Amino acid sequence: MNEAPAAKVAKKATLTQDVVISLYKAQDKVYPRSVSGFFTKWRWVIIWLTQVFFYGMPWVQWGHRQALLFDLEAKRFYIFNLVLYPQDLIYLTAILIISALSLFLFTAIAGRLWCGYACPQTVYTEIFLWIERKIEGDRAARMKLDSAAMSGNKLFRNASKQFVWIIFALWTGFTFVGYFTPIRELSQSVLSLSLGPWETFWICFYGFATYGNAGFMREQVCKYMCPYARFQSAMFDDDTLIVTYDEARGEPRGGRSRKVEVNSKELGSCIDCNLCVQVCPTGIDIRKGLQYECIGCGACADVCDTVMDKMGYERGLVKYSTQNAINNNWTHKQMLQRIMRPRVLIYAAILGLLVVGLLASLWFRTPFRVDVVRDRGVMARLTDDGKLENVYRLQIMNGTETTQHYKLGAAGLKGLEIEAEDRDEEKDAIFNKSVMVKPAESRWLIVDLKIPDGTVEAGSHKIQFEIQSMETKETVIENSVFLVPRQ
Amino acid sequence: MSDFTSSFWPIFITVISLGGILGCALLLWLTGKTKVTISGGDNTSGHVWDETLREMNNPLPRWWVWMFVLTIIFALFYLAAYPGLGSYAGKLGWSEVSQYDQEVATANKALEPLYARFIAMKTEDLASDKEARAIGERLFMNNCSQCHGSDARGSRGFPNLTDHDWLYGGSPEKILETITNGRIGVMPPMGAAIGTQEDVKNVANYVLGLSGSSHDAARAGLGKEKFTVCAACHGPDGKGNQDIGSANLTDNIWLIGAGEAAIIKQINEGKTLQMPAWKDKFTPAQLKVLAAYVWGLSNK
Repeated sequence: MNEAPAAKVAKKATLTQDVVISLYKAQDKVYPRSVSGFFTKWRWVIIWLTQVFFYGMPWVQWGHRQALLFDLEAKRFYIFNLVLYPQDLIYLTAILIISALSLFLFTAIAGRLWCGYACPQTVYTEIFLWIERKIEGDRAARMKLDSAAMSGNKLFRNASKQFVWIIFALWTGFTFVGYFTPIRELSQSVLSLSLGPWETFWICFYGFATYGNAGFMREQVCKYMCPYARFQSAMFDDDTLIVTYDEARGEPRGGRSRKVEVNSKELGSCIDCNLCVQVCPTGIDIRKGLQYECIGCGACADVCDTVMDKMGYERGLVKYSTQNAINNNWTHKQMLQRIMRPRVLIYAAILGLLVVGLLASLWFRTPFRVDVVRDRGVMARLTDDGKLENVYRLQIMNGTETTQHYKLGAAGLKGLEIEAEDRDEEKDAIFNKSVMVKPAESRWLIVDLKIPDGTVEAGSHKIQFEIQSMETKETVIENSVFLVPRQ
Repeated sequence: MSDFTSSFWPIFITVISLGGILGCALLLWLTGKTKVTISGGDNTSGHVWDETLREMNNPLPRWWVWMFVLTIIFALFYLAAYPGLGSYAGKLGWSEVSQYDQEVATANKALEPLYARFIAMKTEDLASDKEARAIGERLFMNNCSQCHGSDARGSRGFPNLTDHDWLYGGSPEKILETITNGRIGVMPPMGAAIGTQEDVKNVANYVLGLSGSSHDAARAGLGKEKFTVCAACHGPDGKGNQDIGSANLTDNIWLIGAGEAAIIKQINEGKTLQMPAWKDKFTPAQLKVLAAYVWGLSNK
């Protein structure tokens, strides 16, 4: 499945078949050649979409604040009109599960779509390559420049490339930090050189990661670091669309004069121009079959189509196809029909259910949340007026951006009384006996529950707290227990 | 530094740590080149799984090797700087305790301006200051509520802080003293000193009578004489003494349990109650804010 290593053959090894190889291989630099075509066009469309979102989103305002802001210090996560608390982790879990299932689904249908079109690693590599190409030229020019002795021209081009890379990387780091600290204030801090130490660190850290990964590590990340590259084969089957070389049609490959008619000679369609290898961002030869290094970008298919056009041959010597389609000579339509197979349908059904579930739960979400913590130090106590008392702490979390008043109630036992003291807030006639919580804030409230002593048998009794927002009229019910001690 | 009593363990740890690092370096160097017999020249190990999966004999990227080397260098510098080798304390002299102390000192320093205002204020004013009360409440919730309850009303053995009954006095100064230095309240077992179990029962009824609780008047009459033993601490009138923290028996507040049986048990077995001292945990300003909060619970 892979090319043989650059085996350093020892002097005497030729006869005995015994060779000494280095287990540590120097990186062979890949110089991907520029390419244009159907898949490349789509790749750039997706790159534009994802990056316009990434760089633009922090600048979008929603009311008086940033539309998407993850305020780690205050532990509030603002997503358009939503204000989420760390307790809303379930939504993040749901989004992660949906992402994972989408990965399964897309991989089952058409292989490594994520890698080829959306993964930050390949996307930024593509952007950095574009910059490199603009400054140092295409593949041949870059290879020549790299091997040339140091000169004014080389220094100038290298330096300007590094400069643009670093600016771009820092901008990326700045944008990334802008999701966690308001980007408008952040940009002013940058301009007035008054960034905090952590902001500076994270901008530089994320910037450095972008610069290092997209400028230097590139395909090494995909080949040696990325776990997804390694487990993708588990999601492939014989009906998965993958970038394939049509071996039956292409072989035997060989160079030829343009006048030679295909099939008139003993040669196949592949003219062995090697362009598919030259355009590959991971430096592999697609004609050797499916390899784990292949990120499914389709560059080889694009370049081969242009060659086939020039030769006057039919397109699609390298194309998206499936194992079954190649083996059985299926038509395009036959191949696409197999997309609707059980595996894909099941993935899609689960994914659909989860997406609907997430949307529904967000739609019907009560915009506040209550945690009940029963006091553990005090099990139960008798008050002077002969009542049995349990103590609770209620944390009321206001998930709206307006001040809310909440009414408290408790139910579940006969004669249950609730006593909550709101020591802090000024009362008015309407909101008397309610608890005020400021916008997007949470507050702890101490609540005593009492029953007349001796009316309930000893043990643990289930009770419910009912908390109603007086503004939105929505109610949250939280379960807890009331303990009655044995005398 | 070392928590181990035997000098063997520091040596053991040092040998394991350095030996492990050395072993890694050696392994990295020795496996750099290897002699293989290429079977059929296809560079595979010969194993085949799942019909077509073959294991290649591919080299590791060299940059990855450099990362190994970096970790080895890092480990050596780390072990020189920090306490990682047995009882060796490290060049930086770092320890968990010193880091904690340093962080607390930094935090206290950062809070100083906030508390500066409070130090100058009278406790009575602090109790009605919104900001001070919010801080006091948080300090109370995190440190005091475990025993005294979130609503500060206590439970058996842990005094209610919202009423006007105080074992050691309820003035702001006394509350501050109690929090700062803690208190240990001891009532010794008094059964033998009082006499027979009949006598104890009589005294218990007398005590019940002091607060007007329901009791056996005849027994109380008999117990009155024996109560002189108790009066040494609780006073002849049973009103207690805040200087030694003895309880007032004439009110209806029963810290360790109400009723005849509970009182008999208390006389026979005695009780030691302890309030820990907080002076090591809090700064004087924090103690003051906390005392004001507690004082404010019963003085609104």
